[in-house]
Amino acid sequence: MASKVWFCAGVAVLLLLCAGALLAPVLAPHDPLRQNLDRDLIAYSSDHPLGTDKLGRDVLSRTLYGGRISLLTGVATVLISLAIGLMIGSLSGYFGGWLDQLLMRLVDTLMAFPGILLAIALTAVLGPGLDHVILALCLIGWTGYARLVRGEMLSLREREFVQAARALGCRPKRIIARHLLPNLLPPLMIQATFGLAAAIVAEGSLSFLGLGVEPPTPSWGSMLNDGRQFLLVAPHLTAYPGLALMVTVLALNVVGDTLQDRLQFRTR
Amino acid sequence: MKRFLLQRLLLLLPTLLGAVSLVFVLIHLIPGDPVEVMLGETASAADKEALRRSLGLDRPLSTQYRSFLVGLASGDLGRSLYEPASVAQIIRVRLPATLQLALCAMIAAVLISFPLATLAAMRRGGWIDRAALTFSLLGLSLPNFWLGPLLMIVFSIQLGWTPVSGRGAFSHLVLPAITLGLGMSAILVRILRAGLLQGIHQDYVQTARAKGLPEKRVWLKHVLRNALLSVVTIMSLQFGGLLAGSLITETIFSWPGIGRLTVQAIQTRDYPLVQGCVLVIAVSYVLINFATDLFYKLIDPRVSYGE
Repeated sequence: MASKVWFCAGVAVLLLLCAGALLAPVLAPHDPLRQNLDRDLIAYSSDHPLGTDKLGRDVLSRTLYGGRISLLTGVATVLISLAIGLMIGSLSGYFGGWLDQLLMRLVDTLMAFPGILLAIALTAVLGPGLDHVILALCLIGWTGYARLVRGEMLSLREREFVQAARALGCRPKRIIARHLLPNLLPPLMIQATFGLAAAIVAEGSLSFLGLGVEPPTPSWGSMLNDGRQFLLVAPHLTAYPGLALMVTVLALNVVGDTLQDRLQFRTR
Repeated sequence: MKRFLLQRLLLLLPTLLGAVSLVFVLIHLIPGDPVEVMLGETASAADKEALRRSLGLDRPLSTQYRSFLVGLASGDLGRSLYEPASVAQIIRVRLPATLQLALCAMIAAVLISFPLATLAAMRRGGWIDRAALTFSLLGLSLPNFWLGPLLMIVFSIQLGWTPVSGRGAFSHLVLPAITLGLGMSAILVRILRAGLLQGIHQDYVQTARAKGLPEKRVWLKHVLRNALLSVVTIMSLQFGGLLAGSLITETIFSWPGIGRLTVQAIQTRDYPLVQGCVLVIAVSYVLINFATDLFYKLIDPRVSYGE
């Protein structure tokens, strides 16, 4: 019962955050890029409920627009990584043999690297920008899905319903799409939920280091980086974007935990 | 054991070579002319040519790769573009600070997680168990680039208990170690609590109780000891992660370690230094994972890895 409440609360928070990000142009009281140097570093005013930054830009508007970048990066990273991981994991797990060996050594090599380090090194070399961030995060992100899909495939392909489909003359493509993939959904959903949280944190880390989106576009990580210089005089600059990021990741972790408890139990 | 060691060594070599090759490829991914990216468009043609020659970028890729591996084998990581020292020398100076921070972060994680997880498992379903699970969830959700500034605001700026940044006395270490170690402690609470709860129903625990051992001794000698196996693995794996995580924590607290050095090298586009730092962290990570495998086999002879 308690976990159901937590799950519903997590989903509600995520829906709210998504709505806030999608409706940012409507909800934001100001243009997130408009500067007003006469009103810089205000902590609170009726016009700026969450204050302003060093260039007088509205923190509430920037936090709402920043959510778009974080969520967009997270969703894009998860979808692309999932697609690559699903394809490579399916090929590896279903066909086995030398192809499996080759693909899994590639996965091992990439997984031998601390993910965030590789992402930082890649964006450092390619230069900042949202596309480079997504590319770097996908490069490290697909390996986890590929491993998971391969492992599940190895166990599923020996099951009776797959052998029956094979005996009926189904082609590998049809067996994978119709019989194996639907069974892979529960573990993939769990991994994708945690992957989304990880991607949002990774984007924040890269932006915090100045390797994410290019200024003046706001993102939660870059807002935290900007606010770091004003910790003493304007702590609100780090408080709100950090809180938004933490609440998002917390909600995703709560949803992921509940899904893990429910779906994995059901599949066993 | 000999066969196991040989098997793991044979697996280590391609992984190491893969990691090293990946780092080599990185510098060749720079869009356009890497020398122009490093020196800027305004640099003279002579300067660009000199740098191209010193980095070996004028040679075929296969030759560059070969000399990169040969240099690496002799500990030569190249020269920094802006500092009058070799990359290996610069890293050697900074590495102890990172190791000190990572070790202290690990100690902080253990000091937080062990008592919390043990109490949570002993009082399953009680308020302390719920508090431990909430702590774990929060710890996993708090990004260190937010936690660091938060701790700094409260403990350094408001309360004045710890220095804001830098490296020196023990007090300098407290906030960076907590920032870096909190995520790890959140993971350890989960793993240790689950291990303890699993262990409490085992036959050997029932036997120990039936023998009349005091409850405290049952927990310490039988339940905790067996649960430690999985914790040791996670801790070793996380230690490698701490090295990578130090990039952000060291930047926040101006900690003069290899993480901050990497970020500074990225900002100044000192790519040979970036390459050297990434290589050292990545190779350390691979070697720590290797050592974990060996250690795990030593403390638990049941581990087979499909021998």
